[in-house]
Amino acid sequence: MGHVRHLYVHLPFCAHRCGYCDFVTVVGRHAEHARYVDALLAELELERGVLADDVETVFLGGGTPTFTEPRELERLLAALPAAAEITVEANPETVTPDLATLLRAGGVNRVSLGAQSFQPRLLETLERQASPGDVRRAVQVLSAAGFDNLSLDLVYGIPGQSADDLDADLAQALALEPEHLSCYELEAKPGTRFTHAHGEELARQAEAMEGYFETVVETLTSAGYRWYETANFCLAGARAAGRDLRSRHNLGYWQGRDYLGLGVGAVSTVGGARRRNLPSLGRYLAALAVGDAPPREVEAIDSATHVRELLLLGLRLDQPVALAEVENAVDREALARMRDLGLVALERNLRGDELRLTRRGRFLGGAVTAELLAGTPS
Amino acid sequence: MQQDRIRNFAIIAHIDHGKSTLADRILELTGAVSEREMREQLLDTMELERERGITIKAQAVRVEWRGHQLNLIDTPGHVDFTYEVSRSLQACEGALLVVDAAQGIEAQTLANAYLAIDGGLEIVPAANKIDLPQADPDGAAAELGDLLGESSERVLRISAKTGVGVPEVLDAIVERIPAPTGEPEAPARALVFDSSYDQYRGVVAFVRVVDGSFSPREPLRAMAQGTEFDAEELGVMSPARTPVGSLSAGEVGYVITGLKDVSRLRVGDTLTSRRRAAAAPLPGYQDVKPMVFAGIFPTDSDDYPELRDALERLKLNDGSLSYEPETSQALGFGFRCGFLGLLHMEIVRERLEREFDLDLLITAPNVAYRATTRTGEEVEVHNPAEMPRELEGVEEPYVKASVIVPKDYVGAVMELANERRGSFDHMEYLSEGRVLLSYELPLGEIVMDFYDQLKSRTRGYASFDYDLAGFKPGALSRVDILVGGEQVDALSLIIHRDAAYDRGRQLVERLREEIPRQMIDVPIQAAIGSRVIARETVKARRKDVLAKCYGGDISRKRKLLEKQKKGKKRMKQVGGVEVPQEAFLAVLNLDSDKKR
Repeated sequence: MGHVRHLYVHLPFCAHRCGYCDFVTVVGRHAEHARYVDALLAELELERGVLADDVETVFLGGGTPTFTEPRELERLLAALPAAAEITVEANPETVTPDLATLLRAGGVNRVSLGAQSFQPRLLETLERQASPGDVRRAVQVLSAAGFDNLSLDLVYGIPGQSADDLDADLAQALALEPEHLSCYELEAKPGTRFTHAHGEELARQAEAMEGYFETVVETLTSAGYRWYETANFCLAGARAAGRDLRSRHNLGYWQGRDYLGLGVGAVSTVGGARRRNLPSLGRYLAALAVGDAPPREVEAIDSATHVRELLLLGLRLDQPVALAEVENAVDREALARMRDLGLVALERNLRGDELRLTRRGRFLGGAVTAELLAGTPS
Repeated sequence: MQQDRIRNFAIIAHIDHGKSTLADRILELTGAVSEREMREQLLDTMELERERGITIKAQAVRVEWRGHQLNLIDTPGHVDFTYEVSRSLQACEGALLVVDAAQGIEAQTLANAYLAIDGGLEIVPAANKIDLPQADPDGAAAELGDLLGESSERVLRISAKTGVGVPEVLDAIVERIPAPTGEPEAPARALVFDSSYDQYRGVVAFVRVVDGSFSPREPLRAMAQGTEFDAEELGVMSPARTPVGSLSAGEVGYVITGLKDVSRLRVGDTLTSRRRAAAAPLPGYQDVKPMVFAGIFPTDSDDYPELRDALERLKLNDGSLSYEPETSQALGFGFRCGFLGLLHMEIVRERLEREFDLDLLITAPNVAYRATTRTGEEVEVHNPAEMPRELEGVEEPYVKASVIVPKDYVGAVMELANERRGSFDHMEYLSEGRVLLSYELPLGEIVMDFYDQLKSRTRGYASFDYDLAGFKPGALSRVDILVGGEQVDALSLIIHRDAAYDRGRQLVERLREEIPRQMIDVPIQAAIGSRVIARETVKARRKDVLAKCYGGDISRKRKLLEKQKKGKKRMKQVGGVEVPQEAFLAVLNLDSDKKR
């Protein structure tokens, strides 16, 4: 029996590729869905040995997992191990009462909706298919089906998005009272179609949009959400009625735990090795069809690297990191400097020395983390 | 060869007026070099010179014509090398004064003509390039005639390119230039008018024997410096090195000294035999003084040893290059180098970058200042950051500048000179359309791209020459640049009080553009003493996070952060602020936009 308690499954199929997307996706190809699920299950069998008896979390991501042929989705969910938290990513326009029922029946207890924005013209810029109405409808349908752990994805820094637009998006998202919110700044990767079309406008708006992240954090925390990770918020305290509404699956990543990933482009970290399945659908299917493991890239993660990852991941959370655990990864001179600048706090308590980013430090988390990481011998 | 059959002469002319082509023709005509052997402009031995079409190192060549021994001494033509030119001229009794018949007299021509006349040389004027359709031989001859106080009929009309008139030049040299008149029996004395460094043989001295004679293996002494050595070999350049049994009064040739350091044998010194020493050296020796300084730093501090070695090797062949180690808090370890002038600096920079393949950061050039402190102490300052704070007074070097322009551009030149704190000296008409303007200007104003401005405002027509004219007091201030509250020594500059504010503002604004935003606000200031004269702020970043970091992102994010960390090593830390190398480059390199 293995020790891995977190399972990720990738479903790459989408109706349409949104302009800014850089995930591993495949448009349409309905005929392949069955073969793909066959392959996923075959891969699961090959890897079953590393999974623990009591898998804690399962996460279906994509692509658009809910775009997958319903029969195949059903079959997949039935074959996956039971877990305390099973999350499925969904596009709002695909959420129907039937789908909601299917998901519940399959053991899913958490849904992450890709809302992104509630302003129609911004949705158009992003090339999203769902309308704001679709999002609300999806939330209703899911609630009616018994889901009580919903997450909304929001994007900010969209070309043409004013500060008022952002306030409106946040207000409308909050009005739906999701248990969880993920908020990302739009990343326009160089060379993509999206950057080609919007790159200049984004550059012009950059200064005005600088404060958007602060707005997001302030608005959500004022509304009773806990800013528990750089880009993730959940209801807390009184509004959470005693539940811990953080994403347990993602916490697994941020706490440096091992995880298994199945599907094209999926990544696993098991026993000191990180494996990435190659993104080619054809090669994935071909390998598993004959019972071979899918083609992969492997990277060794030695203990020194693991400790560095513990540091960089741990600093994303609102909980302190034990200095003792990450000592070798910390540049002490940089730590002193960051403390002087009021970006990092070092506290001693019963548990020992603990490191955490101050509020201002969290806004500059990337830069601070880069500083704190001890240089690698070159 | 009898002294009375020797003729020693130089060719002096403005850049591109045909001096080198004429030298080639002479070599060909006298049979010194066959046409097949001829490489164009043989006398310019360095690639750089060939590219730039100018002569830097003077060389000497012996040829024969009608039973006479002619020694042709080639001279550097640019403003920066006046001393070397004057020593080369001292080795001659006459000079060919060559003027482009289409261009007429230029500033260089004038400057060197006066040098030659002052040295008592017989001038043989020639109007060159008569083959060109736009040539005006009569006009050029008239200008030359006026200059020399002679009839324009005495001016030869030639085309060095086609060879027309060149035999007449050689005849004129034999007929008009006097023979040397040294004392063949007196104790030996020879003027060192140039030197070069041979990797295998050491320092090679080019000499004009004035009195007595020299033999190979003779023990010699340089009288001004005191350096002693044996004449390993004596010879003449015809044009290749050809050993001879002796060099006697009136002759020109070379001496292989075996010395390893060219600065031990300076141009202008007098050689004499230790067996029978002369009583007094020849006149005119001067210790060469650098006028323009700049800090030279390796862009990558790991290259410091390479830069040090390169400078050592350059100095072997360039006695007028001076340098001392310098440490800049912002730029690390480097050197403060002294040059004869801006061209000299450019040449050294290019050689360092090209021949030695070095990536360099060079501060804006500055001049030497003489400061008197409150305690009455006088110091000479080569580095602006070292200018003492507490000053009684400051003096700066001045030059007397001659500019020759077509009369339509007189206004433009006057405007420029006034902008640069020039004071008008006099103006004269060289001909109908061409004017000579003479101004006194601070040298500091010239090192700041004066020549380029002059050229651009006169559409290239102006020519320019200057002579040092002593030190004068100036209302000068030292402007310091502070980043994050800390002074960046490499950016300090000395500038006239009236220009300080504008320049300080300019620098501060440029830095603000170049310094990336950081985790804190970065103040950038220009200050005179403790008084801030300009200020900008680079505002702190408000957000710097890696958005998503899930299972598939961890490796990539880790590598990104590690790369960011590595990148910081290349930054210079000033006052807790990360300043990329590019920021210094942008602000310091005068012509960073013009770089090749």
